[in-house]
Amino acid sequence: MQNYKKLLLAAAATLVFSANALAVDKYKVGIEGAYPPFNNKNASGEVVGFDPDIAMALCAKMKAECEIVTSDWDGIIPALNAKKYDFIVSSLSITDERKQAVDFTDPYYSNKQQFIAPKKVDFKTDIASLKGKALGTQRSTQAATWLDDNLGTDATISLYDTQENAYLDLTSGRVDALLADKYANYDWLKSPAGQAYEFKGEPVNEDDKVGIALRKGDNELRAKLNLALKQIVEDGTYKKINDKYFPFSIY
Amino acid sequence: MTIDLYGFGPALAAGALMTVKLALTALCLGLVLGLLGALAKTSPFKPLRWLGGAYSTLVRGVPELLWVLLIYFGSVNLVRAIGESIGMPELTLSAFAAGVLALGLCFGAYATEVFRGAILAIPKGHREAGMALGLSKSRIFTKLVLPQMWRIALPGLGNLFMILMKDTALVSVIGLEEIMRQAQNAVTFAKHPFTFYMVAAVMYLGLTVLAMGTMHVLEKRAARGFVRRT
Amino acid sequence: MEWEIILKWLPKLIQGATLTLELTAVSVLAGLIVAIPLGIARSSKLWYVRSLPYAYIFFFRGTPLLIQLFLVYYGLAQFDVVRESALWPYLRSPFWCAVITMTLHTAAYIAEILRGAIQAIPPGEIEAARALGMSRFKTLVHIILPRAARIGLPAYSNEVILMLKASSLASTVTLLELTGMTRTIIARNYQTVDMFLAAGAIYLIMSFVLIQGFKLLERWLRVDACQGR
Repeated sequence: MQNYKKLLLAAAATLVFSANALAVDKYKVGIEGAYPPFNNKNASGEVVGFDPDIAMALCAKMKAECEIVTSDWDGIIPALNAKKYDFIVSSLSITDERKQAVDFTDPYYSNKQQFIAPKKVDFKTDIASLKGKALGTQRSTQAATWLDDNLGTDATISLYDTQENAYLDLTSGRVDALLADKYANYDWLKSPAGQAYEFKGEPVNEDDKVGIALRKGDNELRAKLNLALKQIVEDGTYKKINDKYFPFSIY
Repeated sequence: MTIDLYGFGPALAAGALMTVKLALTALCLGLVLGLLGALAKTSPFKPLRWLGGAYSTLVRGVPELLWVLLIYFGSVNLVRAIGESIGMPELTLSAFAAGVLALGLCFGAYATEVFRGAILAIPKGHREAGMALGLSKSRIFTKLVLPQMWRIALPGLGNLFMILMKDTALVSVIGLEEIMRQAQNAVTFAKHPFTFYMVAAVMYLGLTVLAMGTMHVLEKRAARGFVRRT
Repeated sequence: MEWEIILKWLPKLIQGATLTLELTAVSVLAGLIVAIPLGIARSSKLWYVRSLPYAYIFFFRGTPLLIQLFLVYYGLAQFDVVRESALWPYLRSPFWCAVITMTLHTAAYIAEILRGAIQAIPPGEIEAARALGMSRFKTLVHIILPRAARIGLPAYSNEVILMLKASSLASTVTLLELTGMTRTIIARNYQTVDMFLAAGAIYLIMSFVLIQGFKLLERWLRVDACQGR
């Protein structure tokens, strides 16, 4: 039974070493890594984009060491509560539903959702015209909630695991239009794949604010992050990061 | 014909390594669970037999994807409670650990049947000979039954392992950076789904061929000096 | 265990389960039809007739269903040629993409089951048929296929159950079958464990019903009587 015991120990050890331990002033930041330009993975596997840049700037101001941990989108809040990381900087909108599960800092940018559709199609975005259309969006997002609340079964809504898969289906014509965060769409429309598409209609959900999520009751960290956020806005670091990705302010 | 991988070659290779790690670790867990399950199912105690049967039937009746999702997302409170009781309050289940547990659980359920068939296939005479020689029950098991059981079970287990290796793709859904997830990352960057998924498919084929070759060698070794009576 | 929440969402779960059954049924039946010529070709004595099905089977058995799904759904849609072809109305729909992929996938496995079953037919029976003057075709239709069907039925029923579980992967390409529906519901109400357990229970019920159905089919076709040599 010797060999089997060794193998069993190896398996058990692997499991145990997956447990994380926190040290003082070292933080783990949860980021999805599949949402350009806010967070994306490059060829070397590093997370790049607006969100990691902000996270690193905040950590520098807090004089803390930060490590980025990626997560899939659906599990990003449960993983926070399971202490896989300490706060999330992944373009999470502040909503009442989410506030029941987590606490938020002050917003670090403002968001809205807007439809995008092919340029050559006259796509109207009032509720009556949307009925019966094929619409796409990422699962577990504000856009998905808006579509579900306002259209329910009146339109064919396709839900995707990642934003990228949603864009792929828009370009292949499987969905007539996509509802997603305006700035993510903006970045995609600049890319070669998005050339034939444009924004349609007015943005919905105008006062969507995006914040950093923390575990409920983690007030000390929240105060630190809020202070650091104010500091980077005041001393121009925020503007520098903003300008790197967008020609307009998204604060 | 060169295929442009947009620099994601190393990432995909890292994914392959993760796939192999995941498969082998889950294999270890699955073999242990399968052995326990088979012992339970062939034991003289009715409750044990029932337990083994319940494990095998219940786990095999639910899709592997569901097990992965359930264990990863659903175990949060349970794992935290366990962690608090053993003094590690930040205990969490990583995507790797959840994948190992789910895939090992599923492998074990099928392996239970394979091991059970193998145990039953050993002629009763061998056990009786062991008893006649005065060997204890556990000695009979470890020295007579187990070695022979491995030989019979090997083809079945080999099949299950190849299925296990392909099922590792499911763990991409909870964010583990194995081949499938790396391919998806590459697609987000380079927008060529067909290229990257085809490359990923070829990598799985390569792993399958490797596994088949290893199985072949192991079966040959296990069958030394053993003449099949059929 | 929040029973009220589960009951509230049960109709949606049943809706998903219905789609699961549809996907499974269409795939295993279409897969069987595709597998028959494949399996017959695979058991041929001529190497060039054997090799094409072998390559097909090798690919579809050697790669995960998830990759095959993504290749068909996202990969094919990348090419303009595909999008302008006559197949596009089918390849556009996630249901048909999933069905096509699952059919091709299961056909590879059923072809192997069929090959094994054909090769397990006692040669004496085939010789007897030829001695009685039956043509190759008549032998195939009256002796080989029915006999192979009975030998292969247990393995085929296994494959059907596996396809039932594999249909859960269709949730990754936007289909709202049982697993997809469950994940969508959880995204709204965060009741992770309860919803997944409910979905698991429904899968168990579906597998159980299918297994019992196959047991009846085996009894009707008198599979046990045919197993001896």
